[in-house]
Amino acid sequence: MRNVFTICGKEVRSYFSSPIAYLLMALFGLVFGFFFYSETAFFVVEGMRQMMMGGPGQAMSVNEIVIAPLLGNASVVGLFLIPLISMRLFAEEKRSGTIELLLTSPLNDWEIILGKWLGAMVMYLCVLAMAAINIGLLFYWGNPDLRPVLTGFLGLLLQGGAVLAIGAFISSTTKNQIIAGGATFSICLLLWVLSWVSSYNEAGWAQAVAYCSILTHFEPFSKGIIDTKDVVFYISTIFLGLFLTARSLESLRWRA
Amino acid sequence: MVALRDIRARDFARNSPGGMSVKHTSMIKVEGLTKRYARHVAVKNISFEVGKGEIVGFLGKNGAGKTTTMRVLTCFLPPTAGKASVAGFDVLEQPLDVKKNIGYLPETPPLYPEMEVGSYLEFVSKLKGIPSADIKKRVDEVCDRTSIADMKKTIIGKLSKGYRQRVGLAQAIIHNPPVLILDEPTSGLDPEQQQQARQLISSLSGDHTIILSTHILSEVEQSCSKVIIINNGEIVASDSVANLHNRGRATEIVAIEVAGAPEPEVRQRLEQVAGVARVVSRDARDGAVAFEVEGMENYFVRPDLARAVVQSGWNLTELRTVGETLEEIFLELTRSERKPAVESTEEAAAQ
Repeated sequence: MRNVFTICGKEVRSYFSSPIAYLLMALFGLVFGFFFYSETAFFVVEGMRQMMMGGPGQAMSVNEIVIAPLLGNASVVGLFLIPLISMRLFAEEKRSGTIELLLTSPLNDWEIILGKWLGAMVMYLCVLAMAAINIGLLFYWGNPDLRPVLTGFLGLLLQGGAVLAIGAFISSTTKNQIIAGGATFSICLLLWVLSWVSSYNEAGWAQAVAYCSILTHFEPFSKGIIDTKDVVFYISTIFLGLFLTARSLESLRWRA
Repeated sequence: MVALRDIRARDFARNSPGGMSVKHTSMIKVEGLTKRYARHVAVKNISFEVGKGEIVGFLGKNGAGKTTTMRVLTCFLPPTAGKASVAGFDVLEQPLDVKKNIGYLPETPPLYPEMEVGSYLEFVSKLKGIPSADIKKRVDEVCDRTSIADMKKTIIGKLSKGYRQRVGLAQAIIHNPPVLILDEPTSGLDPEQQQQARQLISSLSGDHTIILSTHILSEVEQSCSKVIIINNGEIVASDSVANLHNRGRATEIVAIEVAGAPEPEVRQRLEQVAGVARVVSRDARDGAVAFEVEGMENYFVRPDLARAVVQSGWNLTELRTVGETLEEIFLELTRSERKPAVESTEEAAAQ
C-alpha cells in the first residue's frame, strides 16, 4: 500500500508543479461559476415574481431548483475536463521513458495503476472543490438540505472515477497525450449521448445501450437518491477500466 | 595507457588468488536467451555468466541487442525463449526479487523534468523500498557520490545533459543494489565528466556486480574486467580485456625504445636475451633507437629485456606489449559482410 501512496503522491505533485492543475481548476471554476450565477439569479427572479403575484404558491426549494441542476452541470463539465486529467497518466511516462523506472522498480503493476488512478482522483477532487465553494455560498446565505448535496458529490466522484479509469486505460495505449486526450474525450461524449437512444426507441437493445450512458446513472444522485444499481454501474466501470489498464501495461512488456 | 592496462590486468590476477579465477558465485546468469520482436530477432540464443564483483562491458554497434538484453535482465521485457536470472532469482518467476536486487540506468535516464533533484531521488528511494528513516541519508550519500549535492533544489528540466546523466546514475545506485545494469552510462558527458563517471563505476566494483553497455572502447579497457562483444544479437566474443588483446597470438610482441646507444649494439644485446625470437627496427625519435621484439612461445621476455638494457648502462625509455587494439578486434568481430558467408558455408555443409 505504501507504494500506491508513493505513486499517488508523486502524481498529485506532478499536477501541481505544472500549470495543468491550476488551469483545470480555473476553467472549471469559471464555467461552473457561470452556471451558478445563472441558476441562482433565476431562482432569485422567480422568487421575487412569486412574491409579487402574492398567491399562496408552492414553497420554492433551493435543492430542487438550484443545486440539482448545478450538480448535473458539474457532471457534464467534468466529462469535458476529465480527459485533460487522465491523458498524461501513462502516455507521458511512455514518451519520456520514465515508465522504465516504474516497471523495473520492485512494484506490482496494480500498485502503479491504483496509485496513478488515485492521484488523478485527488486532482479531480480539487477541481470539484471549486464547485463546493460555490455551493457552500448557498449554505451561508440560505438553508438548503445537505444530504442531496453530499449524495450529489458522491455521484460526481463515482462518475469521475469511472471516466478516469477509462481515461487511464486509453492513456496506457499510446505515447501521445493528444491522442489519449482526444480519444478519451470522444468516449466521454459518446457515453453522455448514449442515453438519447432510449428516448426514441423502446427496443430492448436501445435500453441496454442507454444503460451504458454514464450520465443517466448520475441523475438519481443529484436528487439525493443512492441507488445500488448506479453505484454498481460506476464501480464496475472503474474495475473494468483499471483491469484493461493492467492488461495494456502487461502487453507493453510483451510487445515493447 | 597500455602500460596502465597491464598493471590493471596484473592487479586483477593478484586479487584472485593463484591468478586463476576462483569459482565466483555468479550474480547474473543467462542461458540460451532469445528475444523476438514482431518482425525481427533482437537477441539470438545468447548465454553468459557474470561473477560477483565483476564489471562486464557490453560492446556492440547500435541495434546489436545490448539494450534488449539489459531490458530482459531488469524484467522490463520478458524473454521469448531461454532463461535469465539475477542474484539467483529468475526474471520470469520472481521478478520482484530480481528488481529489488538491481539498479538500472536506461539509455535515457528516467527523469521527471518537473521535479527537483532531491524530491526525485526521495521518490525513487520510496519506490525501491528504502525505509523512510534512511531515505534522507541515502539521498545525501548518493548526491555526494555523484557530485550533484549542490543541484538538489534544482528542477530536473533545467539541468544540463551531464547532470541529468548523473542524476540517472544516482537513481540507479540509491538502494545500494548488488547488481547494477547501466545502459551507456557515459553518453552525453564531456570528457572530464566521463572520467568521473568511470571512476565512480570503478569505485562501485567489488561490492557490486556491474554490466555496462557502451560503444566507447577505451571505457571498456579502463573500467571493465571482462568484455562481451555482441553483434546482430549474437555474442561474438566473451573474454577478459587482456585475453582479447592477445587473441589468436601465442607469442608476445614487445615495443622497446632505448636511448644512449648505437643501434647495432642494442640489437645485438637484445637478441641475446633468452626467449627472444626476432628483433625488428622501428622508427624512433632523435637520440634513441626502437625495436619490436618478438618473444618465443611461452616466454615472458619483458623483465629480461629491461634488465639487459639497464645492465648495459643504457636508458630504457619505453617498454610495452603490443597487442591488437580493441578497436581492431571489435571491428574484425563485428564486420557483418564476412559473417553471412561463413554461415552459408556452414549451412551448406550441414545439408
